[in-house]
Amino acid sequence: MANVHQFDVVVVGAGGAGLMAGLYASRSAKTAVISKLYPTRSHTGAAQGGISAALGNYEEDRPEWHMYDTVKGSDYLGDQDAIEFMTNEAIDAVLELEHMGLPFDRTPEGRISQRPFGGHTNNETGKPVRRAAHAADRTGHMILQTLYQQCLKNKVNFFDEYQALDFIMVNGKAAGVVAVELSTGELHTIHAKSVVFATGGHGRIFDVTSNAYAYTGDGAAILLRSGIPLEDMEFFQFHPTGIYKLGILITEGVRGEGGILLNGSGERFMPKYAPSVKDLASRDVVSRAIYTEIKEGRGINGSNYVYLDIRPESVNKFAAMDGRTNPDGTPYTITGETVMQKIPDIVDFCRVYLGVDPVTQVMPIQPTAHYTMGGIPTNKYGEVVIDDKGTTFPGLYAAGECACVSVHGANRLGTNSLLDIVVFGKHAGLKAAEYAQTADFEKLPGDAEAGARSAFEALRNGSGRENAFDIANEMKKVMFADVGIYRNEKDMQSALEKVRELKARFKNVGVTDTGKIFNTELLNAWELGNLLDIAEVVAMSAVNRKESRGGHSREDYPDRDDANWLKHTLITQKDGKLEISYKPVVITKHQPKARVY
Amino acid sequence: MEVTVKIFRYNPEKDQRGNYVTYKVEADENDRVLDVLEFIKGKEDGTLSFRRSCAHGVCGSDAMRINGRNMLACKVLIRDIGANITVEPLLGLKIAKDLIVDMEPFFDNYKKVLPYFINDSALPEGGRERLQSPEDRARFDESTKCILCAACTTSCPSYWANGEYYGPAAIVTAHRFIFDSRDEAAGERLQILAETDGVARCHTAYNCTEACPREIKITKAIGEVKLAMITGKLD
Repeated sequence: MANVHQFDVVVVGAGGAGLMAGLYASRSAKTAVISKLYPTRSHTGAAQGGISAALGNYEEDRPEWHMYDTVKGSDYLGDQDAIEFMTNEAIDAVLELEHMGLPFDRTPEGRISQRPFGGHTNNETGKPVRRAAHAADRTGHMILQTLYQQCLKNKVNFFDEYQALDFIMVNGKAAGVVAVELSTGELHTIHAKSVVFATGGHGRIFDVTSNAYAYTGDGAAILLRSGIPLEDMEFFQFHPTGIYKLGILITEGVRGEGGILLNGSGERFMPKYAPSVKDLASRDVVSRAIYTEIKEGRGINGSNYVYLDIRPESVNKFAAMDGRTNPDGTPYTITGETVMQKIPDIVDFCRVYLGVDPVTQVMPIQPTAHYTMGGIPTNKYGEVVIDDKGTTFPGLYAAGECACVSVHGANRLGTNSLLDIVVFGKHAGLKAAEYAQTADFEKLPGDAEAGARSAFEALRNGSGRENAFDIANEMKKVMFADVGIYRNEKDMQSALEKVRELKARFKNVGVTDTGKIFNTELLNAWELGNLLDIAEVVAMSAVNRKESRGGHSREDYPDRDDANWLKHTLITQKDGKLEISYKPVVITKHQPKARVY
Repeated sequence: MEVTVKIFRYNPEKDQRGNYVTYKVEADENDRVLDVLEFIKGKEDGTLSFRRSCAHGVCGSDAMRINGRNMLACKVLIRDIGANITVEPLLGLKIAKDLIVDMEPFFDNYKKVLPYFINDSALPEGGRERLQSPEDRARFDESTKCILCAACTTSCPSYWANGEYYGPAAIVTAHRFIFDSRDEAAGERLQILAETDGVARCHTAYNCTEACPREIKITKAIGEVKLAMITGKLD
């Protein structure tokens, strides 16, 4: 073990959650942040529309409304203690970002500007409320840049382009991670008292996705293989508006600014599905509505997409019909200039990828795999919880999309992901540093790198009869088709069998690149192994849950079943087999009731 | 349609120097160049190495030279560029392998311009936000778009000639803070940029502006920094 580094805290991943954890942990503990990408390449940077907080900068808003909306959005599967914690911290979290220099858009009075987003409402009127603080349509980009900049200012230690491969645990406690330095191929052991995973989601198990190539579920897969359970993995969010075929995200902020969805007959169809908030219903509701329109032959030209329309004449017409007003009570209207100013990146994406100008043309869209609601179970302080009794794993933390606190339950509200990473990234960092102050370093095992080395050797020595690219494509297609927006027993079972077959075939993948320097073929193959492990877990958890709730919609069990299924799924790998168990949902203020938008 | 892709290949563990390898593959006119590279890596030659992540022009990983110009491989489509494509690594940074260059000098330059918000004054009452008018916010809007892909810096003849030059990307970052009404360290940054390897090395070739995949008017931003240096004003 030539390359051993010792830190009190090691954070794996440098998106918003990892940077917040790194920033806060480094204030009181020797901290390293390792990331397979340069931090500014992280997927937080792709988030567009906003970060929610009941700042009330345009109109009345309250944290308790934000809490209720999030509970309702989660289809009552979110843990209400954690949700209340998050929504109470939201205002200070957003203000802290502003104090760090984040260039939010501004109200005429110079305060942080806010826009409406799906599922966020004034609980008294039921109307959409302006809660999403935004920086044009690149809010995530600005959060990522700002946090990275603050980390530089505070001299956080970065290991850029280091891929974590394994979690080291000794005596039932965290002891560090093993990582490979991409530029040299050398293995490194980061010996640490506390380990924080902030590795993001796994949307790359699906064919049409808004997620980056890097979204391969590394942290969740590593911990799964280490015997740590994963929670609620059947819940995956399909965002209603991805660019047709490519899946590139078109922010819900487009509908927040007044955009509407149209079917093949030119009809605005959302009022049929969500009479009150219409196009600004929760994402699962809108994605199902689009899918239903398509299935019933009302896609564009009978095909599998619909239109999103932000043309000023359309927006102004429907805003007048809805009686939408500005904060000063005047009728809400927009111009082409508003579109350019509020959603410049969306305009750019449409021009580049579709050859469409949203100011004068409609955008062809379809639902796209977007967000991992499930993940590594944690409590509200980011401590990893390994059973149904709240037992924590000493020294192990997770935050952000890889974690399941659970604040998103069965369906996440838009803008709550950026809030999640900032709030829980911070607390995971604080807890990790606090633990490190009193804990001792565990003695490293004789060969901590053995697991990582043998995983790589297996990939290099495979027979080469199988091709990783083909296996990845088959996995993505079957998962999108059969474990997608609508699900049923038969299709999910066949998907599960298919994934298991692909896992068996994966053993015959042989990496041809024998080099050490930037061996991206080896790394991509290793990532595919993670995706396959995660796909199996997702499919198995989904088959098991015999009800419909939030993002998990079953044709054969169309209703929510609180009597039997108001509980979290835990899935654990034991002796190479996956076992399912459950833990209760924390319900404090809001008893489950029918979910209508 | 069939596309012909000529790719610069260099494996430091085997090759004395780089060479070009040509691949002929099927592609759709709506495919991104990145899709074609992924296909070649997946089906033709797994050893082909390049960086990529978001695949829609916001993470900045896959900046490279495509038909002689710096672009993001995920933000240029076959229909825009045609069926004959040459792909090469960025210029001015050491080639690590194939299309991957050593980004460390680029980020080192970025770090020189105090690339972070500085304001040590007391926070407003109740810890609320610092106020900023929409006009003041708009003043530096463009330079907040930068994704640090290095397309600008590695298109700059002055940077090719002298790698000590901080380069356009670092100056855009400085611009983002210098013209932010809330920031208090404009003077320090202007002093840093007044040094030999600062804005003086910009000779307004405009390559940076043409290369920017985020359409930031970089040469203009550098000009504004120069002007602020001369006049001492931040209008």
